Amino acid sequence: MKKIAFYLILILIWEVIYKLGVEVLGIWKVYTFPSPIAVGKTLIKLIADHTLGIAIAASMKRIIVGYLFSAMIGITIGLIIVRFKYLDENFGALILGLQSLPSICWLPFAILWFGLNESAIIFVITIGSTFAIAMAIESGIKNVNPLYIRAAKTMGASGLKIYWNVIIPASLPNIITGLKQGWSFAWRALMAGEMLSATKGLGQVLMVGRDLADISQVMAVMVVMLVLGLTVDNLIFGRIEKSIRHKWGLDRS
Amino acid sequence: MSLIVEGVTKSFMSKHHKIYTLSDINLEIKKGEFICLLGPSGCGKSTLLNIIAGLVEATEGKVILNDHVVKKAGPDRAVMFQESALFPWQRVIDNVEFGMKIAGLPKEMRREKALKYLKMVHLTKFKDAFIHELSGGMKQRVALARALTLDSEVLLMDEPFAALDSQTKLILQMELQKIWWETKKTVIFVTHNIEEAVLLADRVLVMSAGPGIIKKEFKIQLARPRQLENIDLTYVLADVMKELKEEVEKVAKAEYDNDWNIEKDSILSHSDPDLGSNL
Ligand SMILES: Nc1ncnc2c1ncn2[C@@H]1O[C@H](COP(=O)(O)OP(=O)(O)O)[C@@H](O)[C@H]1O
Ligand SMILES: [Mg+2]
Repeated sequence: MKKIAFYLILILIWEVIYKLGVEVLGIWKVYTFPSPIAVGKTLIKLIADHTLGIAIAASMKRIIVGYLFSAMIGITIGLIIVRFKYLDENFGALILGLQSLPSICWLPFAILWFGLNESAIIFVITIGSTFAIAMAIESGIKNVNPLYIRAAKTMGASGLKIYWNVIIPASLPNIITGLKQGWSFAWRALMAGEMLSATKGLGQVLMVGRDLADISQVMAVMVVMLVLGLTVDNLIFGRIEKSIRHKWGLDRS
Repeated sequence: MSLIVEGVTKSFMSKHHKIYTLSDINLEIKKGEFICLLGPSGCGKSTLLNIIAGLVEATEGKVILNDHVVKKAGPDRAVMFQESALFPWQRVIDNVEFGMKIAGLPKEMRREKALKYLKMVHLTKFKDAFIHELSGGMKQRVALARALTLDSEVLLMDEPFAALDSQTKLILQMELQKIWWETKKTVIFVTHNIEEAVLLADRVLVMSAGPGIIKKEFKIQLARPRQLENIDLTYVLADVMKELKEEVEKVAKAEYDNDWNIEKDSILSHSDPDLGSNL
């Protein structure tokens, strides 16, 4: 209830700013600042003619494929780096650098290698979140309390059994945080990729809005992106994180 | 069963020189014996225990358990640490089952045995609790139950009660006596608390620092179960402390403020049996 009231007030403020800024003071032209009502109407129109549904389906398919790739590759890289100290010392800094490189910088490569198509965008998504995930795995495992490992050894665990029964569960809170961060990187990479490469998808619908000078379509797509991003964050990662924090007793404060 | 420590020496390399932590330690421990390693902090008690556990490698010498040289940690030597080392991602019961799970025991058998030992430490009610929901004393009880499930002949304990408040500590010391009596394990118990050592041990091995050696040995021949307020025990305690004036001072200095002085604040000369306890 409180949340709904909060968003209603937010929309109300938006409407007031629109009225003042566009109609009364004339700071913005009508085509540079959308009103909440126009955005709502556009949203309904986009849903009705299936533009939005098709775009969301296309975007989600891409991000899921790209994200699964990056999770697999990221986890593998992370595990390998931890295992071999030499790699860690030499590649740790490089991966940190790669992680901070905006993934859209990889688009030229992607286009050269794959052409301007689905694979190029998936590549950009994958590379955008792989390194964040690899870093999280690496630091998560490195920060496992050594006492847990010693205790497990005295109970007869060794090698893979220690990995599987102690190191992985012990580093799970950090790993989930990394996967969540990876998701948000993937999401950004997806939008950037779609806006630049103009294949079907949310990013493309947004760019069409710009091309048609239809600011309410631009805004409508942004609202959809926001809602989708928040939903995945809360429903999937938020829940997992919460249950882990509850187990570990990290949520008491 | 036999547990033999033979000429164990341990040195660590610091920046410029070697630190000798243990020097030529020799021990022979009989089946079912309760040994306390007593000494001031930093004298190498944990290092020695970890070498016996197989968690630390000796620089020289060896540990022989049942005619086999100890090479690495294993479930034939259960270990309890000062911090419980319980796994926060598992419930109490799963923590207790951990060793048995590693050993590949079937599910029902694990559960049954875990409940048996949880019962022994009086924590059946908390079997489904998460670790962070337990008090310090409860955590050590769970850690003890987990160690007991390994069915090892040897139980190694590194100041397991040092972080607990004195009431909880006393209760756990009493229960440990009882459990040891029932399970007939061979226990090596590290402590810096003289009272605790005399209360629990058949033999108290006093260690001295720089480099760590076993300086003196006391056989404690008192009837069990022992009580701290027992008059015979207070006599033995006073005896041990008289013998150990120097070491007592080291132990006390490790516990009290730096300005503490055995002559000035001498409680010994009043033969107050409380000295050396850290109540
Ligand atoms: N991993 C290590 N590296 C270097 N020095 C160590 C290490 N572990 C122990 N030591 C040295 O050994 C001494 C004894 O340590 P420890 O066995 O923990 O003592 P205690 O348990 O009696 O307090 C310490 O003072 C320290 O100087
Ligand atoms: Mg110690």
